Amino acid sequence: MNALVLLIYNAVLNGAPLMYGTMGEVLTEKSGNLNLGVEGMMYMGGAIGLGAAFYYEKAAGAGASGAAAVLIALVFAFLAGAFGAAIYSWITISLRANQNVTGLALSIFGTGVGQFIGEYMRVREGGYVAISNELKLFFQNSPFPAALRSIPIVGQLLFSYNIFVYIAIIIAVIMAYFLNKSRTGLHLRAVGESPATADAAGIDIEKYKYLATIIGGGISAIGGMVYIMTIAGCVWNHDGLAGEGWLAVALVIFCLWKPIGAIWGAALFGALMIMYVRVQIPFVPDQIYKILPYVVTVIVLIAVSLRSKRENEPPASLGLSYFREDR
Amino acid sequence: MHNEKQPLFHLTRRDVMPPSKVWMIRAMSFLAAILIGALLFAILGKNPVEAYSTIITGSLAKPSAIRQTVKIAVPLLGTSLALAPCFGMRYWNIGAEGQITAGALAATYFALHFGKTWPHPVILIVMAVAAMLFGGIWAAIPAFFKAKYNTNETLFTLMMNYIIIGIVKWLQGGPWEGKPGSQIIPMFNDNAMLPKVFGVHCGWVIILLLTVFMYFYMTRMKHGFEIAVIGDSVNTARYAGMNVGRIIIRTVFLSGAICGLVGYLVTCGANGTLYDSVAAGVGFTAITVAWLAQLNPFAMIAISFMLAVLSKGAGTLQTRMEVPASVSDILTGVILFAMLASEFFIQYKIIFRGQKNQEPLMNEPSVLAEKAEKTALTEAEAHKTDADGKEARS
Repeated sequence: MNALVLLIYNAVLNGAPLMYGTMGEVLTEKSGNLNLGVEGMMYMGGAIGLGAAFYYEKAAGAGASGAAAVLIALVFAFLAGAFGAAIYSWITISLRANQNVTGLALSIFGTGVGQFIGEYMRVREGGYVAISNELKLFFQNSPFPAALRSIPIVGQLLFSYNIFVYIAIIIAVIMAYFLNKSRTGLHLRAVGESPATADAAGIDIEKYKYLATIIGGGISAIGGMVYIMTIAGCVWNHDGLAGEGWLAVALVIFCLWKPIGAIWGAALFGALMIMYVRVQIPFVPDQIYKILPYVVTVIVLIAVSLRSKRENEPPASLGLSYFREDR
Repeated sequence: MHNEKQPLFHLTRRDVMPPSKVWMIRAMSFLAAILIGALLFAILGKNPVEAYSTIITGSLAKPSAIRQTVKIAVPLLGTSLALAPCFGMRYWNIGAEGQITAGALAATYFALHFGKTWPHPVILIVMAVAAMLFGGIWAAIPAFFKAKYNTNETLFTLMMNYIIIGIVKWLQGGPWEGKPGSQIIPMFNDNAMLPKVFGVHCGWVIILLLTVFMYFYMTRMKHGFEIAVIGDSVNTARYAGMNVGRIIIRTVFLSGAICGLVGYLVTCGANGTLYDSVAAGVGFTAITVAWLAQLNPFAMIAISFMLAVLSKGAGTLQTRMEVPASVSDILTGVILFAMLASEFFIQYKIIFRGQKNQEPLMNEPSVLAEKAEKTALTEAEAHKTDADGKEARS
């Protein structure tokens, strides 16, 4: 029983960066934009989020407040991703370039920017960029009081995660409500399904696409910051994010373009990523175990294409740029 | 006489632009990217001119540096060539990374097990064939599902990358590990390494030959024609009696086979062993190279060489001027963005409010108004006939 609780706990913690990456991409794809630059945006968010927290602490000195550091890291990571997504949006929406190629260019650019900033800070600050242990606690500990956390089982399962897990769940709920229940969300889905129809109905397509892609990019980038500040231990390492962004793109399919699904999916992928430590299966080596998330995604992909149910399909115009005068 | 509701500008597609103007636009956007890079260097407090000249001299000044640059360009060019037929069909193969790795894996199998015993030419040919077969098969799996069930190939091929890379990681730490605990596959025997031509492994000759072949394949052969038709319209291809599924699988197999060949060249030409990051992002960069070259094999030579210069030069930049080498990725990204953006100005024309015609008009208002009215009329007529045509068709 305890082992299971521990597995779930670690799965959720490991999946937290993916939750953000995936939710951001869900919002982006709902507007019909397939942004393959998630990896790049997460790199930018990771490096800039860490840098923001680090320089805040340096500037504030001993009086640095943990809550402010978390907030600053969140805001800067969001802005970094939004900046990357804004370049992507301008090139694909206004200039109508191919989305796949632009997204890949953003991946190359973003990983470059992330690595560059990470390395540059390290060289400038004498080989080590890390925030103090007191601040780290704010990033990595639960925001709930000890009384709640010490309830057996429930405490660990519900109240002991870091703050980012709870923020992710709040964002997912808001996003699900927005997409399915609000008029603006309906318009956004219309833009993704059939831009020509939405255009005819008087919806400002470019505005929706821009906003969804930029906000989505910002949310994705927060995932990079969460990865660096929780899993990677608040230090920039040379490996960076090691493919988390690509996994997020895959997870979007796995969760069938649903924000709440992103939470479950990310936790499941988090479990698959760490299960080799917790649950040993004889004759299956660790490295083969680690492939599982990708194999599962492939299977889901095939299954989705076999049973074509309307609500399980990607937005119909995903990956296509819209030009009113094209017929 | 424009009304206020009219937007400030609108867009139309251009018919054809004279090539001189097209190249002007491309050159300008490249220049813009270089200037943005210069700005970056200036912000860092480095002299931009010095930085760029370090990149150029670091990659091209010495014969040894040129050899390094060519070594970087070979896999990039090879993979771009491989992707051209796929993109010609609008099949988004972003699994080149994995197909390179698959080829490298198959080649390594033979190098490790028969590298010492088989004669030199035999082992090299067997490795090449194995690499091409395995790379092709690895690519054909998503293609099969695409052809049969219309499964999304972009994400499928992406996932295939991580699966094969995971398998290589397992081999590295398991069955093929050299010293126990080292996580490294032993170096190949010299017998299983490619010969050198002018100091670089002979892969560059093979890739240049392949460039010529790919040019003829895409423009002069029946296969290339079929690819172009499918790229334009799958339905047209069907009506013309083409077996679309078969063509997709065949073309993607070819693409994967060439990627596999690249993996073979990288392992037994440059590295001499296999490791998980053998493809090193080439599969992704090559996609942008192929696209920017508009699938023209000869343009790919220039673009991949330019990116190789950046990549090698950035290494020198790091040692000489203390700028992190990842600056090459930023510059590559900026150049790609600029080139992608420039295509817009080649394909579309921006018409501002009140500006009805591109031809220079006489500056008298009466003439202007008259002419504007006339064009408006003809435009309206054109719309009408167009609408009629549409009705007749539907």
